[in-house]
Amino acid sequence: MPDARDVAVVAFAQSDHLRRSDEFSEVEMVMPVLHEVLRRTGLGTGDIGFTCSGSSDYLAGRAFSFTMTLDGVGAWPPISESHVEMDGAWALYEAWVKLLTGEADTALVYAYGKSSPGQVRDVLTRQLDPYYLAPLWPDSVALAALQAQALIDAGIADEPALAGIAARSRSSAADNPHAQLKGSIPSGQYVVQPLRTGDCPPVGDGAAAVILAAGDRARELCDRPAWIRGIDHSIEAHSLGVRDLTDSPSTRLAAERAGAFERPVDTAELHAPFSSQEVVLRRALNLDDRVRVNPSGGALAANPVMAAGLIRLGEAAARIHRGESDRALAHATSGPCLQQNLVAVLEGEAYDA
Amino acid sequence: MPKEPVAVVGIGQTKHVAARRDVSIAGLVREAAARALDDAELTWADIDAVVIGKAPDFFEGLMMPELYLADALGAVGKPMLRVHTAGSVGGSTALVASNLVASRVHGTVLTLAFEKQSESNAMWGLSLPIPFQQPLLAGAGGFFAPHVRAYMRRTGAPDTVGSLVAYKDRRNALKNPYAHLHEHGITLEKVQASPMLWDPIRYSETCPSSDGACAMILTDRAGAARAPRPPAWMHGGAMRSEPTMFAGKDFVSPQAGKDCAADVYRQAGIADPRREIDAVEMYVPFSWYEPMWLENLGFAAEGEGWKLTESGVTELDGDLPVNPSGGVLSTNPIGASGMIRFAEAALQVRGLAGEHQVERARRALGHAYGGGAQFFAMWLVGAEPPAT
Repeated sequence: MPDARDVAVVAFAQSDHLRRSDEFSEVEMVMPVLHEVLRRTGLGTGDIGFTCSGSSDYLAGRAFSFTMTLDGVGAWPPISESHVEMDGAWALYEAWVKLLTGEADTALVYAYGKSSPGQVRDVLTRQLDPYYLAPLWPDSVALAALQAQALIDAGIADEPALAGIAARSRSSAADNPHAQLKGSIPSGQYVVQPLRTGDCPPVGDGAAAVILAAGDRARELCDRPAWIRGIDHSIEAHSLGVRDLTDSPSTRLAAERAGAFERPVDTAELHAPFSSQEVVLRRALNLDDRVRVNPSGGALAANPVMAAGLIRLGEAAARIHRGESDRALAHATSGPCLQQNLVAVLEGEAYDA
Repeated sequence: MPKEPVAVVGIGQTKHVAARRDVSIAGLVREAAARALDDAELTWADIDAVVIGKAPDFFEGLMMPELYLADALGAVGKPMLRVHTAGSVGGSTALVASNLVASRVHGTVLTLAFEKQSESNAMWGLSLPIPFQQPLLAGAGGFFAPHVRAYMRRTGAPDTVGSLVAYKDRRNALKNPYAHLHEHGITLEKVQASPMLWDPIRYSETCPSSDGACAMILTDRAGAARAPRPPAWMHGGAMRSEPTMFAGKDFVSPQAGKDCAADVYRQAGIADPRREIDAVEMYVPFSWYEPMWLENLGFAAEGEGWKLTESGVTELDGDLPVNPSGGVLSTNPIGASGMIRFAEAALQVRGLAGEHQVERARRALGHAYGGGAQFFAMWLVGAEPPAT
């Protein structure tokens, strides 16, 4: 895109991720996060040019659930606003496109999900082909286990390697005050072979928000904006039978279009809810040991469904804000066994520039 | 750098019916998408991205259906977005797709919205009990009837206006081969004699439950130059949202609707919508919303909308035809209803609306709303490219 506007993530906030949050409604869970991210920029709701959110009615257990959280935004006087029934990473993508049109200079993006009221393994089966697959109720862990076994059968990973990913993620999460699982966690018993408790994400509730800004507005709002150098996403076929589960061509394609392979990144925040999925993503993204993967602990430390992908973008941006990264890759996923993937490349300007 | 102009070069709909038992959800959406591709004389390979919308997942009992529908919509290997903004979603989906073109992120985008209401029960989908939150009361009609009554009280509109709208829209639908309800023996007396459902809303003044899908191909200036048939050009588009309910909310004429229309008119350079717009496809699920939205959208002064309706201005051969397609009152696959409004507005300015074509329609408005009259999406399309 010639002459495209530069857009950056200028602020990020997230809730503490909890196994249960019975005492909070979604609105009560989201509001402190919204206030926090606005406070970081000094903006009020009325200063925001465009608002976009990501969430799922199936988690909330009611139709039009996002109408309630909109009340929490304080949409009065009326605001320019939209919603994706997807992870908030895709809400960020929609907001980025909106800023590129020039119709807005700032955007508020938020996402939330409460998995605790139901059985998220069962709920996610409702994403599957409703005629042939969903009636069999294959749950999300069982499908991920198929993928993990395919990796082992192909000689790409083994169970100790997966356990190592889980251990590294949770020890990294020790520095993350919002993480749900952190520290030394035993790999535990098999949930669905070859995946053990430790290979699986915690089930939890949480919310996240970011603010995007274009050009000089970004420089006013943030000392070191995390510039979005590229962002793209791609979807694969739904049926697991027609996909090579050891590979993620949609991730590779999105990364290519986002410019991820043009220069090395120093950090990668990958949305890999299962340890085995990190193996697939590292391969698709050509990440070697020089890249710091999931310093936040990743989805193995906290996986609030619908917000976990947006959190990867936020964590990557926050490291750039803090000067801990100069060029970071952020990834989000949706659907069974990494069906749909989004990749963004974020950069901070050199300090001497 | 100015935005890329956006053109509609392909439109496809299914024949909307109460139940499409002959196709799956995937089959239904593919039918509309294939017709839009045919209209544009393009193939699946020409599409850079897919933007899909529908109303709540509970209506079909399928969570995040874009995942399952990726194959049917030729999206494999492409970006696919799923928009959900309640009843306005069909309009919002088209606007999100248009931004992909306007920002030059993509050249040609397929956008589609659908609902297959026969797979489930919309009333059930809207009636899940949640503690401390207001459910929609006895479906949407129960929620909106008090606002209609407030409109009548505020404006002094005679109680016959609603039936005039229903009679007009159902007659218009007879000219639209894709419309769900084709009531050949319709008379004004039949509308007025139909049972009262939610006073003052009668059975014949409500929308049906439909299965259906609507698709559009949006493209840039280069794509429009290659189009085999006249494109519709986007002159303005906007979304506005306000909270569900609060003390200051005007349910009869929500501020978000006024602001949204004002933004679209500003973009399109429209100073007097009543004179400068030739046709309107308006989201009217209950007949009384025609006069209400005529005021909200700036076509009539406050309290005067019902007079336009009563005097025949909004008839197909009137000075400002509203819902020449038969509207939501005749066809309501909820998630698709907003996109049908946008698509029908585009058909009018392309001159391809067939029997329900408004003569010399050069500029048309597509309008959608949703939630508790809180989400609004609109676009204005024209036969000529926008001035740049």
